[in-house]
Amino acid sequence: MNSRSLQTTIIFLVIGGILVLAFSGALGSASRGFTSVLVDVQTWVSAQFLGFQDFFTAPRDSVTLRNRNAELEAQVSQLQAQVIELQQRVNETEILAALVDFSRSNPENTYKAASVIGRDPSPFLHYIIINRGSNDGIRRGMPVVTNQGLVGRIDAVIADAARVQLVTDPASSINVYLQNADTSAVLYGALTGDISLDLISQNATVESGDLILTSGLGGGYPADLIIGQVVTAQSLEFELFQQATVQPAVDFSRLEIVLVITNFRPVDIAPLEPVVTPAP
Amino acid sequence: MRNLIAFPLLGLVVIFQSSIISQMRLLAGFADLPLVLLAAWALQDQVDSAWHWGVVTALLVSFISATNPVVAVLGYLFVVFFAQILQRRVWHAPLIAMFSVVFLGTLWMHSLSFVFLRLSGTTLSMGDAAGLVTLPSLLLNILLAVPIYAFMRDLAYWVYPVEE
Repeated sequence: MNSRSLQTTIIFLVIGGILVLAFSGALGSASRGFTSVLVDVQTWVSAQFLGFQDFFTAPRDSVTLRNRNAELEAQVSQLQAQVIELQQRVNETEILAALVDFSRSNPENTYKAASVIGRDPSPFLHYIIINRGSNDGIRRGMPVVTNQGLVGRIDAVIADAARVQLVTDPASSINVYLQNADTSAVLYGALTGDISLDLISQNATVESGDLILTSGLGGGYPADLIIGQVVTAQSLEFELFQQATVQPAVDFSRLEIVLVITNFRPVDIAPLEPVVTPAP
Repeated sequence: MRNLIAFPLLGLVVIFQSSIISQMRLLAGFADLPLVLLAAWALQDQVDSAWHWGVVTALLVSFISATNPVVAVLGYLFVVFFAQILQRRVWHAPLIAMFSVVFLGTLWMHSLSFVFLRLSGTTLSMGDAAGLVTLPSLLLNILLAVPIYAFMRDLAYWVYPVEE
């Protein structure tokens, strides 16, 4: 080793020793000042580097972000659709649970659940179409209910569907019983979808809130199915009978699932009705 | 052969009427999509199958509805009849013809329904029928008339292509 290289080695060793001492804190305040300057410089350089890195990599990132955003938006729409579907299922489940409760609390009847798939195309008629027919044991005249009350009765049947005449149909008339007033009446539908009571005896005391049930008279419906409540009663002295407006128990505009009472057979009493023969 | 589109199209329209349109009520009335569609079809110059479409519509509606089949047959065939009369007379103003056919067709259909229901013993008030059912239905039918006329005009060009 020549003298020049020995000199260089010694200088490096001295400077290295000083640096080791400075980093290890052996040089006191001078060491702290030195390291803080170094850290500051390092921080500044690092910040500048990150700035440059951001600047050069930003375009690539925005493309990635846009793609990611599109992916997430697609995912959000998918999840929203899923939420709507699940909400529908929850609604359906709630309705079915209520119907199951109803059928359990009325074990004397057997029921067949059906979905409402349509309504009559004529605005003059109040009928619904259900997705159960003669293949499921549905027959003409069977009553249709929900857990809230009476909906109507089967009017026509094909193999896989049936048409139900609602109690609100203008041609519908049902013999009913007013529970609190302890009297019979006849319930009529109307063009507007409202229902009303007629032929209530003038001697009966009808009040708002009186519960209306099917009476079973005439054999068209089983007894004791809830129809609604009296809203207002009208009694005029010169009329033979009282009339009343009725709040139906069933919301007919939101019918989705109904129950058909399959063990009820309507009785045709027409042959028992007196025949009016013209006087000779 | 393309005329056979009547069966799927009218079938779809009657299903649409029963499941959707009948729930979109204005007071107690709603639009009669088969009637408006039939009127628009019968008013197209090149169409020669309007009577067939009328019969198919009447049969489909009679099948699904509790209304008397005579009402559907007489009602829809009158719409075709009236459209063909007007089409010859006001051929240069098709939209006026369309509005007239829809207006008179709706009135005719509702009058028939009213009369048949009254004859079958149903108690109906004429005031309620006119104010709560017929007038709102008329308004909705007339609103539907323009888009359906445009659709049926395109369909007529497809079913009866113009030879050059």
